Amino acid sequence: MKALLAVDALSLSFQRYSGWFRRHAVPCLNDVSLTVVPGEVHAVVGASGAGKSLMAWAVMGLLPANAHLSGTLNFDGLPLDAERLAALRGKCLALIPQSIAALDPLVRSGRQVRWSARRAGIAAHRTPHIARQTLSRYGLATDVEQAYPHTLSGGMARRVLLAMATAGDADLLIADEPTTGLDPCNRQRVLDYLRELADAGKGILLITHDLQHALTVANRVTVFHAGTTLETAPSDAFDGQGERLTMPYTRALWQALPSNGFQAPARERTHEEVLSLA
Amino acid sequence: MLSASALRYCHDRHRDPVIDSVSLRVKAGEIVGLTGDSGAGKSTLGRLLAGLLRPQAGRIELDGTPLPRHGLQPVQLLMQTPELAVNPRWRIERILHEAWTPDTTLLEALSIRRDWYSRFPHELSGGELQRVTVARALAPGVRYLIADEISSMLDALTQAELWHALLQVVASRRMGMLVISHDAALLSRVANRCYRLNAGQLDALA
Repeated sequence: MKALLAVDALSLSFQRYSGWFRRHAVPCLNDVSLTVVPGEVHAVVGASGAGKSLMAWAVMGLLPANAHLSGTLNFDGLPLDAERLAALRGKCLALIPQSIAALDPLVRSGRQVRWSARRAGIAAHRTPHIARQTLSRYGLATDVEQAYPHTLSGGMARRVLLAMATAGDADLLIADEPTTGLDPCNRQRVLDYLRELADAGKGILLITHDLQHALTVANRVTVFHAGTTLETAPSDAFDGQGERLTMPYTRALWQALPSNGFQAPARERTHEEVLSLA
Repeated sequence: MLSASALRYCHDRHRDPVIDSVSLRVKAGEIVGLTGDSGAGKSTLGRLLAGLLRPQAGRIELDGTPLPRHGLQPVQLLMQTPELAVNPRWRIERILHEAWTPDTTLLEALSIRRDWYSRFPHELSGGELQRVTVARALAPGVRYLIADEISSMLDALTQAELWHALLQVVASRRMGMLVISHDAALLSRVANRCYRLNAGQLDALA
């Protein structure tokens, strides 16, 4: 099937000044490759600091000016350059940001959802209806519309962000840790909804540290470690002792789950060691 | 023994209490799990037990005496977001040495590295900073820990690493612990027995 999003050999570094004139590059991502096809939930898992969110920002074109990107990003078969991104962002590409600090603290949450619906190309007179509908889909009552972000609990604010990203009809949805801080019932509701979107033909990139619950909805899983993609495996390969997983790091991650072995690694391995184990 | 009897707490006088006549006992060397829906009052109960909130009714006692008002608290709370538990303007070394000076064996067990010492909290990842707050809370006079969702933002490997190190210290010092989590699989791994907080009441889980 034709890929909706294709990330190929993506590398990213940040330019940093040391002293007044000397510049050096701090590498963050190295040779990241993955594809998202329509109709799939593609989970990206890995430790914090592995670069999962940076990849999301790179796809969305949200990196600061001192970022240097190389490699190719294709969306729907065509290169994703700055101009095309600006036209597609919010309409065809949507991001659920990781931090609830992404909400505007001075604007009532209902209005923020109406903004993103407007941005997604929905006619102005329909946005109040759409906003109410999306908020209620995540179990948020109408009084949440009138609430400022600081009066919402962490889980509620996160669902407002979800409502903003799904108010439109984006083909590709990047969900960056959409379930942290949600209780099991709401977590399942969010994951089931992402699954529903995928079944309706959308592509979902689910970035998470929570391998166990990602597996309940994902078709494929890509494992990140220290800024690179180690392997992409179908989610049914995460089974038993993980015999069908190729990389030792992935197997260790699988066996460290409390519902499996809860095994801690002997010590922290450097990235070179992880690669040499292969 | 850390014992709470008939605790009652409400955030707002006009609403139902979050915690209503809750009694709980944690013995030294025992690990008790606590679960419940979000908003059920798990964290409020944790804060009450750690002495950060005063109950409106009921008593909290440590071996038959109330919790001390001053000095080192023998019951320490570990929070879900370590960023909110540290002073953002202090360097890691100062944070780590706030209450005591952790020995090298503990630092090694929690894999805390010397080169973090000169950094600020925002320059560590969430899991690294969580290990620093755990080391800080393990001062010699501390006898009970309340762990409130301390590993929910960690990946499985970092989570397993943190818990193995923590459980080892807790067992060797015969400390008591209350573990608050949504994760039933984690609780069944670490806790001796479990409770569920529902509508202000505690129910024992089999």
